[in-house]
Amino acid sequence: MERMVKKSSILIGKFVRRVARLKGGGSALPGLVVEKIDRNFLRDTLNSLPEGVVVVSGTNGKTTTTKIIVELLRSQGLKVFTNSSGSNFVRGVIAAILENINPSGRFDFDIAVLELDEAHAVRFVKVVKPKYALLLNVMRDQLDRFGEIDTTAKLLAQIAEATTGKVIINREDRRLSKIKSKAAVKYFGLSHRLLGEFPEDDEMFSEHHFPVSGKSPKAEVVFADFKRDTAVYEIGGERFEASLKLDGIYNFYNAAGALLMAHEILPKSSVGDLMKALSKVESAFGRGEIITSHGEKVQLLLVKNPSGFQLSLKSFGKRNYKTMIAINDQYADGRDMSWLWNVDFRILKNVDVVSGVRAYDMALRLKYDEVHFDKIEEDLAAATEKFMRLKGKKQIFCTYTAMLEIRKILNGRSLE
Amino acid sequence: MNGGKRSLTILHLYPREMNLYGDHGNILALQKRCKWRGIKTVVVEYEPSKKLPKEVDVIFGGGGQDSGQSVICGDLLKIGGKLKDLVEDGVPTLVVCGLYQLFGNFFKTLDNTVIKGIGVFNLKTLGGSERLIGNVVAESSQFGEVVGYENHSGRTFFEADLQPLGDVKKGAGNNGEDFEEGVRYKNAIGTYLHGPILPKNPKIADFLIETALTRKYGVTKLSKLDDDLERKTRLSAASRPR
Repeated sequence: MERMVKKSSILIGKFVRRVARLKGGGSALPGLVVEKIDRNFLRDTLNSLPEGVVVVSGTNGKTTTTKIIVELLRSQGLKVFTNSSGSNFVRGVIAAILENINPSGRFDFDIAVLELDEAHAVRFVKVVKPKYALLLNVMRDQLDRFGEIDTTAKLLAQIAEATTGKVIINREDRRLSKIKSKAAVKYFGLSHRLLGEFPEDDEMFSEHHFPVSGKSPKAEVVFADFKRDTAVYEIGGERFEASLKLDGIYNFYNAAGALLMAHEILPKSSVGDLMKALSKVESAFGRGEIITSHGEKVQLLLVKNPSGFQLSLKSFGKRNYKTMIAINDQYADGRDMSWLWNVDFRILKNVDVVSGVRAYDMALRLKYDEVHFDKIEEDLAAATEKFMRLKGKKQIFCTYTAMLEIRKILNGRSLE
Repeated sequence: MNGGKRSLTILHLYPREMNLYGDHGNILALQKRCKWRGIKTVVVEYEPSKKLPKEVDVIFGGGGQDSGQSVICGDLLKIGGKLKDLVEDGVPTLVVCGLYQLFGNFFKTLDNTVIKGIGVFNLKTLGGSERLIGNVVAESSQFGEVVGYENHSGRTFFEADLQPLGDVKKGAGNNGEDFEEGVRYKNAIGTYLHGPILPKNPKIADFLIETALTRKYGVTKLSKLDDDLERKTRLSAASRPR
């Protein structure tokens, strides 16, 4: 009987998906329909996976870290299901399952690695108990959505609590390192030298680093050092180096968590092999992704919150690139512009174009950091066009919906 | 009269715990709008159990998380008397969100815990179950249109005949009931507006600076700055949905 319900759910879901596609609709609708008619669909499908479910959550770096874990596991021969479209909502997961399941209900994967935003992860673990969880960080993200960072940390604690096998936590995040779980907890972290490279939100404008209270736990994988595109990790007392295609030291850092996760899932895998696979991983959609339009290259750098923006500026702000910043304030970006004032922009020498719905807020922010900007153009299409005509290497710091729009504009442009 | 040797000491209350939602931008606005006029600023960051500076020309305090507020509220009561004297004496003051609430008489949370305030403003705050979140536009008789962003669960009510900072045209304001936002008392302003408030509302920033200079150096008229970008940003912010 259960089986029959499931089959009909799949057929209906697939049908809705096709209709939604025809109408140019998004991926959430089929997920919503199946969620309504078959409450067990998500649980039954994911619980059938032999290696279980991995949940990746936290404020910054979910998408790239999820991509790294997926590619590390695939390099070792696992069949991995993931919600790669970046729709990190429960309905997005159901929609992704519908795409990958055949009508008779065969879901041919070994393991699922899912990126879930904090609030949705809590909803998700009430339905499906993950075997593994990776908790990256708690930073000031859209506070207008979750309220306060301490609240967000509590959401992540609930994920840890629901996890049955292993929880991997960023040791250097003082809100996360306190989290307990019945599952085994393991840590990734930073070498002492690199601690100063990653200020916590609370330290952004204070003169000194907070003293770490108590003894910090042992980290199994430590991001020890870096030089340009080469990252050094300490694993089990040994040093491993890899030159990475991923841009940005925050990605090198999160890769430490991904390495530990892959090694916990496949304890027999060789670290050397995992490092080799890591060196091949490329940037995720809009996260340092390089797009070519009319033969001109531009790098898209997604910025979602003050700490992410700060780290991105630290990695890319000083290089001699033409720079555009595009700030929107849709729900997915966060409506409150206050966050821009928690970012220090003084590392930038010049901004060529400021754009997006809240271009003026961004320009005002630059004015008070006394960073020169050439042009304010709210309209993204006009701004992108102007920017792409500039000579030289180019980068665009953009919020989520601005990134989606700019991608579309750039890709449309190249088809002309 | 140009800059000369004029200098203002800005007291920043609890920057470590009470620094939510870009409130640091308010300090930056004060500093830069002084600097652009050749006025020096010294910012004194006050943390619990430190000493208050002898000389204070402007007081600023921001909002914090619940955890931050519980860390500082004991210390605040200790220095409350001094802060109250300074405000009564006419020291220009801006307190936002969390410290606005604690500059009142008390905050009574939903589970009936009473957090004592320092009574600079004769008002009270009651915990609410729903957060009041979104863009705010208020009309102030002194500063014209004031824009910002609110995010608070407390509802603030005046316990005396106080003057609000402005009348709410969009958003909830103090309590979502009486269409008033913030408080205006002596040379002090309490408000729920983040955004942060001062960069986008330079008239308020200049009021604090001008008042401080007048108290210290005698009647002062600030030179005008080019605030065209500020004006356009305010228009853009005011046009956004709640």
